[in-house]
This record gives sequence, C-alpha cells and structure tokens, in this order.
Amino acid sequence: MGIVSPGFQGRPRSSAPDLPPGQYLTEDFPVLSAGPTPRVPTDTWEFVLTTETGAEHRWSWADLMSLPQDTPTVDLHCVTRWSKLGTSWQGVSLDTLLDAVDTDARYALAHSYGGYTTNLPLDDLRGGRAWVVHTYDGSPLPAEHGGPARLLVPHLYLWKSAKWVRGIRLLADDRPGFWETAGYHDYGDPWREQRYQGD
Amino acid sequence: MTDMTYLDGNMLDGPLRELLAVDLSATTGRCDNCGMTGPMAGLHVYSHAPGLVGRCPACTGVMVRLVRAPERAWLDLRGTTYLQVPMPTDRSGGALRA
Repeated sequence: MGIVSPGFQGRPRSSAPDLPPGQYLTEDFPVLSAGPTPRVPTDTWEFVLTTETGAEHRWSWADLMSLPQDTPTVDLHCVTRWSKLGTSWQGVSLDTLLDAVDTDARYALAHSYGGYTTNLPLDDLRGGRAWVVHTYDGSPLPAEHGGPARLLVPHLYLWKSAKWVRGIRLLADDRPGFWETAGYHDYGDPWREQRYQGD
Repeated sequence: MTDMTYLDGNMLDGPLRELLAVDLSATTGRCDNCGMTGPMAGLHVYSHAPGLVGRCPACTGVMVRLVRAPERAWLDLRGTTYLQVPMPTDRSGGALRA
C-alpha cells in the first residue's frame, strides 16, 4: 500500500481525466514498433506528396523547417490501450503541405521509411488536426519514436500517426495499410473504440 | 447449368485441419520478398506492436502478421510463398485427401 492515500491528499479519483473507452493512463512513452528502426539522416530525408494523377511534390529537411511551424499539445491513444495526455510537439500542419497540391482525392495512404503504411480519409489530414512533427517535448524526435519526422494525427489511434513518415499518396479510393489489412479498423476512432474490423 | 468441376470450400476442412494444427516452429518457410528458405523459428519477431510481426532474417521482409482480438484472430501469410510442414507418411500415393 502506498504512503499517500488518494482518499485524503491529492486529486480525488473522480477528477481523473476522461479517457476513451478501454484505455488506461500512462506517464511514460512506450515504444511500439513492427520492425527494425530506420535511421534516416536529415540531409537525405525527404517528404513526398503524390497526387492521384501521379504528380509529386517534394520537401527536403530544409524545406520543412522553412515552413510555418505549429506547436500542438495533444493526447495520444494507442490501440494497445495506453493513453498519454498533454504531449508537446512541433511540426508542420498538413494543411500547409496540402495547400501546395491540386487534388480531388478523398483518401490518403501514408508511407514510411522501413515500409510501413497506414490509410486515412484525406479530410482527417485537414482542419488543423494532422502534422508532420520533428520535435517532441522540446528536443529532436528520437528515432525510436519515429524521428527524424513522423505523422501526428492524434484524434485517431496512434497506429495512424506513421513513424518515419516519408510521404503520403493521395488516392481516389481507400487503400488499407499495414495494420488495416491485418484485422485492425479502417478508421480507428478511439472514442468509438474502433480497434478491429467490424468494431 | 451447374459447374461440377470444383467443390465448395468445406472440402478443405479436413486437409487443412491436418496441415494447420502443427507446431509452426518445426516448419520451413520461403520469403516471398527475397526467396530465402529457412526455418520459421528463425524469423525475427517484433512483439511490441499492435500484433506479432515475423520478418525474414535475411531481408527483413514481413512474412507473418498475427493480430489477436479478444474473440478473433487474423493471420496474414502473404509474405510467405509457402510453408513446408513435416507430415506423417502418406501411403495413398501423394495427393491430399478429403
């Protein structure tokens, strides 16, 4: 039994932050990975948006850094049931990147160094809800958390926030990615507990 | 007119039951990405993930993905060209039987 009883000191349990169903709160930052961690030097890193017509728009690391920077503070919800609240990031809004592109696509497939993919409706990358982030908690994003840059789409389960993101293909039709073709939900809204296909 | 050249999938139940109820670590697999053939026990398995991911030790290509939900599981072997499974001697002449 701990020294401090929650019944007499500190915040009462009833004021604990609301979490999506089935989630528990964690203070550390678990590292999940489906393969070897890619090591991508920033001098060779690039990000590519490919439209449904095949047109490519490329950004080097210097290009990314020269764009307007956002500093979102967001909650993370992993489908393996941990949630981490109030995480601080810096990066470029997908709104800024998509402004450079002429597209009628409705879907997006993010792809990463190392081969990972994940799909999202293109609308979920717009409206100030998605970023390519390169800084976590004031420091360069470590490789084990997806550095030098990862996608951040915090309103969906964290598997949608592709680590080591290399580009996004804009598509007329939905094309499920790495976990979505292995039983996981196509959309992945944590508040509707959309973990697996059919949820 | 009914096409009688094929049977329905129920026919596979017996042969696949015999094949799939095996110790996977005793099988040999061929990587669909690089063509290397070796024991499935030699795969590099990443388990700190939403599922289990088994990768070829030569090229890191994904050979196996296994996702376990509370009441369902998904097995994706698209990265494995074949599994070679040790079997009891078949004295019927070769073909799998129903």
